[in-house]
Amino acid sequence: MELCDKSALDLATLLRKGETTSREITESLFKRIEKKEKTLNAYITTAKESALKQADNADEGFRSGKDMPLLAGIPIAVKDILCTRGMRTTCGSKILENFIPTYNATAVERVLKEGAVIIGKTNMDEFGMGSSTENSIAGPARNPVDPQLVAGGSSGGSAAAVASGEAILALGTDTGGSIRQPSAFCGTTGLKPTYGRVSRYGVIAYASSLDQVGPIGMTAEDCAMLLNVIAGHDSLDSTSADLKRPDFLQAVKKDIRGLKAGLPKEYFIEGLDRGIKKKIDEAVKLLEKNGVEIIEISLPHTKYAVSVYYLIATAEASSNLARYDGVKYGFRSGDDIDDVIRMYEATRDEGFGQEVKRRIMLGTYVLSAGYYDAYYLKAQKIRTMIKIDFDRAFKEVDFIITPTTPCLPFKLGEKLSDPLQMYLVDIYTVSLNLSGLPGMSVKCGDINGLPVGMQIIGKAFDEETVLRVGNRYQQIAGI
Amino acid sequence: MEYEYIICFETHVELNTNTKLFCGCRVSYDAPPNSCVCPVCTGQPGALPVLNKKAVEYAVKAGLALNCRINTFSRFARKNYFYPDLPKGYQISQYELPFCEDGFLEITDDKGNPYRVGIKRIHLEEDAGKLVHSADTSGEDYSLVDYNRSSVPLLEIVTDHERNPMHSLQEGRAYLEKLKQILKYIEISECMMERGQLRCDVNISIRPRGSSEFGNRAEIKNMSSFRFILEALEYEIKRQKDIIESGAEVKQETRFFDEEKKITLPMRSKEDAPDYRYFPDPDLMEVKIDRDFIDMIQKVMPELPDRQLNRIIEQYGIPKNDAVILTKDKAISEYFTACAAICEDKRRLGNWIIKELFKLLNEASVSIVSCPVRPHDFVRLIEVVSKGSITESIGRTVLSEMFSTGKGPDSIIDEKGLKPIEDDSALLKELEEIIRENPEAAARIKAGETKPVDFILGQVMKKTRGKADPKKVRDLIGKILSGSY
Repeated sequence: MELCDKSALDLATLLRKGETTSREITESLFKRIEKKEKTLNAYITTAKESALKQADNADEGFRSGKDMPLLAGIPIAVKDILCTRGMRTTCGSKILENFIPTYNATAVERVLKEGAVIIGKTNMDEFGMGSSTENSIAGPARNPVDPQLVAGGSSGGSAAAVASGEAILALGTDTGGSIRQPSAFCGTTGLKPTYGRVSRYGVIAYASSLDQVGPIGMTAEDCAMLLNVIAGHDSLDSTSADLKRPDFLQAVKKDIRGLKAGLPKEYFIEGLDRGIKKKIDEAVKLLEKNGVEIIEISLPHTKYAVSVYYLIATAEASSNLARYDGVKYGFRSGDDIDDVIRMYEATRDEGFGQEVKRRIMLGTYVLSAGYYDAYYLKAQKIRTMIKIDFDRAFKEVDFIITPTTPCLPFKLGEKLSDPLQMYLVDIYTVSLNLSGLPGMSVKCGDINGLPVGMQIIGKAFDEETVLRVGNRYQQIAGI
Repeated sequence: MEYEYIICFETHVELNTNTKLFCGCRVSYDAPPNSCVCPVCTGQPGALPVLNKKAVEYAVKAGLALNCRINTFSRFARKNYFYPDLPKGYQISQYELPFCEDGFLEITDDKGNPYRVGIKRIHLEEDAGKLVHSADTSGEDYSLVDYNRSSVPLLEIVTDHERNPMHSLQEGRAYLEKLKQILKYIEISECMMERGQLRCDVNISIRPRGSSEFGNRAEIKNMSSFRFILEALEYEIKRQKDIIESGAEVKQETRFFDEEKKITLPMRSKEDAPDYRYFPDPDLMEVKIDRDFIDMIQKVMPELPDRQLNRIIEQYGIPKNDAVILTKDKAISEYFTACAAICEDKRRLGNWIIKELFKLLNEASVSIVSCPVRPHDFVRLIEVVSKGSITESIGRTVLSEMFSTGKGPDSIIDEKGLKPIEDDSALLKELEEIIRENPEAAARIKAGETKPVDFILGQVMKKTRGKADPKKVRDLIGKILSGSY
């Protein structure tokens, strides 16, 4: 096993024992990148030079015997939606193709402060809009399991990098499933924390009330380790929760005996791949055998989630993406045009991809005079009902188990021409963004070599239980 | 034909907070372009707004001063439109649930009665940047944008169309003046119109007297002085009258005022009104304003001008005309208040500020804020004059000296030898001499005439350069001529 295939926690131990160096780990990683990146296209930008420098800094700390933070010297990939000072941040879009931020996102800043090594910026669907990482200025990312297949999205690059040993850990963002769904497709562990748990400052906004930063790793423990660093209140984000941050790495160690798990009947109906259902059933049985009580629950408004999501997310996106107008930064078209309105039109027409334009138009429509009440306001009401469904369920259970996706990873191009089919891939994940709840995708087996993801949903700000169940499951299932 | 008017104002007031509404950047009027900016106020990708609490405090303060209801929950909304001075492509403003609603501002109406102009709402929003067009500076064709002003806090104060709107230019002027006076009193804005710190949009609709319905209203934008506002209104009234009298109907539209030609011109019709697609800003939490917060602001709220006016009339016996002048401007009222706290003769105090101090300030073109005469010294001077220790005329000389040197009255009186002659024998000597020189006047006084007394007194004052106590001199004249001395 090469260094780049080890878990972050194992590497942290080796670093402390002096059995390896951050430079060795980082070099092993870049070797892997050289070997696989041509196929996978997991990164939009790699930063070998600065990464090695950061690695050397960490090594110096270890050599001098300083008490180093757990994340020190561990290579991390950062989704290209998070601003990195002095490092190009494209958000997968032509409109930001050459954009170099002047500041770091809070999550990036915290990771750097711990002494982590930033490998580069990972591939993604433009502005996080997509479920396959095919909508990227850099071309599609591919699934490490089978390059014919999509890596999922929108954090497809982050999941593919971790799954292939091109990164040890990765930061992703999740607006409707963008951490969990690619994790399911690539076989990684990916956590979307509770809305407000991690600062959104410096995360290029897609849908502000849904976006959340989270960790992707090979194990729940690794996710806990990264979450420990990025979670916590940030005065720069008014929506970040002012709560004490628990020690997630301690929390994962607890047993799960006596916990109650809910199985929402609305998630196991037509449209769900039979093979996936079987795998989830097996995983549930395993949990039951290990002392978890299984209870069938109902989340009656589940069927509205995708529609509500596409009304709210697009409404917010239409406003969030208005700043890309060619005036201040990023791509500008039509230098020969002497009319500012036509400059806007040309810039936005050429700078945004198909899917982004589709969602901007949809969102603009949703917010328009005369339609606001019928669409946006109604969607907000149903959003509340979806939240109430969960509140009710969590009076009975400690966590909820569902599939992460209704289908296995699909072929590149397969759903590109059918946006509705693509949107339905998020059917099990969007409800959590609408209700703000934490959820994690954990691999629970393979079907013909293709990974299957199980979603563990927790109460608001109870990532501890989610991580604990995920970790215990990974131990007992040996996956 | 006689007409009735409905006039409404939307006033934008720049708050004088140190920092911007949603970031920590300094608010500065004259800093070099784009030197007070950060990722937040230039709309960089990923940047997020954080609300300036002071601005909320100011909004609530304005709401209380304008008798509004303060909403327990308030919310920010995005107003979406494209313009190069608007870096995010939307302005963070308020739509539903503004901070303050349903207040009033009391003015004097055309008949001289108190009239409470209805205030519909007061909300907080961010300002946009400023475009500088090359045509202003050179012949080339380009525009530059300065984001220093971007996200500076603005308060928008909207008067009510239905509940007690204004009905005349005079009422409009009274409203604007009163509004400015109050805003300066509660110290939330400098209200310098030449700096764009107070800007106004005006709505006006008219109808022939006796007609049941008002015509469509025109909104006039972009006016940077009270004079322009009134000129625009005047023009607009005439324009709408002409339309009605020609038998046509006034169109609902937005117009702008051409400051040079003094006319309003169409900007956009109702049909072209932009759809701003307001929706709650998901980056900001709802603002909860509780009783404690309101109480805290109420506690630091200064006395408002109307209240102060009545108080100094009733408590101090200041004549109404003087009282109006003393409370018209925050700085003047502060000076007066500081003096009044330690002064017995408040009537004379008020009178002297208006008559004597203003004269000196005007002559020197100095504002009262930087008045070289400290309230403490000014009051001492009033005391000395009131006691009759020096005459009013010498008092004026002393004040002028105080103004130019910054010294206190006592030392000036000392140095210049302006101290009243206390010694009766010295006065007697002067008096006897004058009587000797003017035997005719003396004779007339003896005969019971009073007028020559003033003449003799005048002569004494002249000789003593005003240092004699007039009361005492009169006394002595009587005594000498009646032979009782």
